[in-house]
Amino acid sequence: MQAGIIVFPGINRERDIAMALEGSLGRRPRMIWHRETDLAGVDLVVIPGGFSYGDYLRCGAMAAQSPVMRAVSAHAARGGYVLGVCNGFQILTEAQMLPGALLRNAGLRFLSMDCHLRVERADTVFSGQYQRGQVFRAPMAHGDGNYFADADTLDRLEGEGLVAFRYVDASGAVSGAANLNGSARNIAGVLSANLRVLGLMPHPENLVDPLMGGVDGKPLFDSLAAIGVA
Amino acid sequence: MKAVVTVKLKPGVLDPQGKAIGHALEGLGFDGIADVRVGKVIELDLHETDPAAAREAAAAMARRLLANTVIESFDVTLA
Repeated sequence: MQAGIIVFPGINRERDIAMALEGSLGRRPRMIWHRETDLAGVDLVVIPGGFSYGDYLRCGAMAAQSPVMRAVSAHAARGGYVLGVCNGFQILTEAQMLPGALLRNAGLRFLSMDCHLRVERADTVFSGQYQRGQVFRAPMAHGDGNYFADADTLDRLEGEGLVAFRYVDASGAVSGAANLNGSARNIAGVLSANLRVLGLMPHPENLVDPLMGGVDGKPLFDSLAAIGVA
Repeated sequence: MKAVVTVKLKPGVLDPQGKAIGHALEGLGFDGIADVRVGKVIELDLHETDPAAAREAAAAMARRLLANTVIESFDVTLA
């Protein structure tokens, strides 16, 4: 599995996610500058966190219109894998590759702390090394992570099993208190209809080594390593 | 010709920034505020001189980039 990381101006977690990917996949991801449009040889496109284009207009709005995103959209249309974390999730929604939008956190504060996520399904390429219902810790660092979609879209996401992760308390219960950014139905991550595109707000790449304080995020990257790619 | 695109959050979309501004205004002694919503105003200086074409161009820009129609609505006025 060859990963490629899209680097936009203002992105700041590309090295974190490169380290996590290399640790699990055993090969170094390719760094792809936003002006490039050739994704040949890349199986998994990763859009990292940060503040692309200074969050001008709306988070992810400018990046979603950049040349490389047309290539990423074509990659997804061919059935390619795409992972967007934090700003990457915002960019995927702005590019309409995932439904909904990320609004300002309900409490208006930038949240830099750990949260707990519950794995809603363990039969995807991103979650095969977790158990369904498993709770894991993930750092978050965002000001605009409040997932929003209209009621019909939310019902469709739930009905089709496209909610990947939810904010929960440490025991795995969905609660208002655990939903720090105010996301609709505690949604922290969503999948595309073909289950090959995942966007999530928290940062599993920042808990992949005991030196970071835990390895809760490592199974996500190990899951990607576990799938064979022709 | 100038086109002004006003972008607003759709009804029902939470606007915590508007709520905070409302609280601040109340704190300053302004009362009678039922609700505050925050939007954006984007001024476009266009080479186009035909009003209908300018309006359509600005609306196309709003649909494509200036507004996210999942959460926002927009109006175009010509100035």
